[in-house]
Amino acid sequence: MRRVLFVFPLLVFAGVLLAQSGGIASVEESDCFIQSFTAEDAPNDAGGGIDLTWTVSTSMAEPDSIVLERLDEEGVWSFAGTILPVDGSRTDEKLINGYKYTYRIVPWYGGFAGASSVEVSAVPAKQWIHTGRIGMLILLTIISLVIFYFIEQGKRGKDLYIRRIAGLTAVEDAVGRATEMGRPVLYIPGIMDMDDIQTIASMVILGRVAMKTAEYGSSLLVPTCRAVVMSVAQETVKESYLQMGRPDAYQKGNINYITDDQFGYAAGVDGIMIRQKPAAIFMLGTFYAESLILAETGRSVGAIQIAGTAMPSQIPFFIAACDYTLIGEELFAASAYLSKEPKLLGSLRGQDVAKLFFMIVIVVGVLAATLGQAWEPAARVADFLKTITSVG
Amino acid sequence: MRLFVPLTITFVAGIVMILQFFVPATQSMGESLQEWYMIVASFAIFIGAANLIQVHVHRIRFKGRNWKYSPVTIVGFSVMILTGLIFGIEKGTPFNFLFLEMVAPMSATMFSLLAFFVASAAFRAFRASNWRATLLLISAFVVMLGRVPIGAMIWDRIPLISEWIMKCPNMAGQRAVMIGAAMGMVATSLRMIFGIERSYLGGAD
Repeated sequence: MRRVLFVFPLLVFAGVLLAQSGGIASVEESDCFIQSFTAEDAPNDAGGGIDLTWTVSTSMAEPDSIVLERLDEEGVWSFAGTILPVDGSRTDEKLINGYKYTYRIVPWYGGFAGASSVEVSAVPAKQWIHTGRIGMLILLTIISLVIFYFIEQGKRGKDLYIRRIAGLTAVEDAVGRATEMGRPVLYIPGIMDMDDIQTIASMVILGRVAMKTAEYGSSLLVPTCRAVVMSVAQETVKESYLQMGRPDAYQKGNINYITDDQFGYAAGVDGIMIRQKPAAIFMLGTFYAESLILAETGRSVGAIQIAGTAMPSQIPFFIAACDYTLIGEELFAASAYLSKEPKLLGSLRGQDVAKLFFMIVIVVGVLAATLGQAWEPAARVADFLKTITSVG
Repeated sequence: MRLFVPLTITFVAGIVMILQFFVPATQSMGESLQEWYMIVASFAIFIGAANLIQVHVHRIRFKGRNWKYSPVTIVGFSVMILTGLIFGIEKGTPFNFLFLEMVAPMSATMFSLLAFFVASAAFRAFRASNWRATLLLISAFVVMLGRVPIGAMIWDRIPLISEWIMKCPNMAGQRAVMIGAAMGMVATSLRMIFGIERSYLGGAD
């Protein structure tokens, strides 16, 4: 039911092509330095904005300054700003929705006001659909439908092939190795806060890893860079230990906050690696320059290292220094892969099919843009694809 | 109830954030949610600080492993807090001095270690053990050569080849990773918004 509630409005929005405007007021005046002046409700905003656009005469004498004026509630023209004596535009913001605003532009010559432009009016209003994002809405709807379809397929028990991901297959081995060696497992959830999707994905994987450590009886260390991440990690690990029937093995003190400082955190985690010599290290989340510092230190203590991030600039460092690396999307697939739950695997399958769809769109777009140089219909296809895939 | 409340909060917050992206009229709701998060995160700083002190005091008290490092942490933390509270954080204050003369150089030291780690990682990555590693070695060599003056002195086309490697194969690979990651983000978000993914709640159904 919730999915229907979600997809239905998306479809409605996607089908709606609203020509939104607050009514363009446009006037041309030939005996004034300001040749044309228009006012219209600012598009795709939450209201309170009016777009003003003007052009100037190229044949008349250039004024010393140009003042933009707005008619206030008492019917008096008030200063709203100065503008350069060139063609331009400006958005007047923080206005009241539904109230009619009137503007004019006055050129000034040697301290005297010249002939002002005509008065233009517009009414600011909030929009209910962002016209520049309709293409994105259609794409999101398609992706969501594909993912939900395969989740349903998974729930119905259909056999879904998911390719083997070496880094995730090695999770159990890594935890097992730590248990056999009597050393802890170190889990590093990146350096970003909980508003980062990679940190959220990392917390989900932490839950799965914690189930393994609870099952095997290994010690799990989770040093965090953000206080909110620490709180979430504590709850996640605690729930996993409860789920596995080992609440006694949960140690809150092993999931601690170090510092918000990037290199302070790297130094703190390096210290933990050197002193505690973990047998398995997981680095899953968002990483920046500290990625290689952590990965190389982990390597120097002989730990088996599984890393994963969607940061393209850090992936090469992890590949060079770690035993296994989850590249981009594999980080987000980890929880489903580890759980083997049919509905989660279904979402993975949907994700792969959606990716195939985009691969086809990219190939078609490249071909259309290339052929479009010589064949007009292909150029139109390329323009259409560019429109629906761009975000305004 | 243990599941219903967090799942409902996740669902409502997720839907509001999606909605505010496509419906400008609801942007204020999204902004409010983000402000709430900032407020929660600000308060969480105190929880983090309390946890730091608690862990290290506990370690000193019970003479835990490597407990001798803990007083250093507590003293450093206390000195920074007290100097900041008593003298302020403006230029010329003890806090500012400690930050510029101790914290910043220590951070820079950690960052500078990266140069050595890059060298050791590159040494391993560039060993021509198979054809893919050899390809990596050659392309990395050309890129590095193209970015220093001697590259152009050897052959004036080397910087152009280096630029082509960065702009075409490298960029294509990076974009492929980003598109795949974006798909993963959408799928993860949908799984969490609709309560399909619950492992962060202990995996309970």
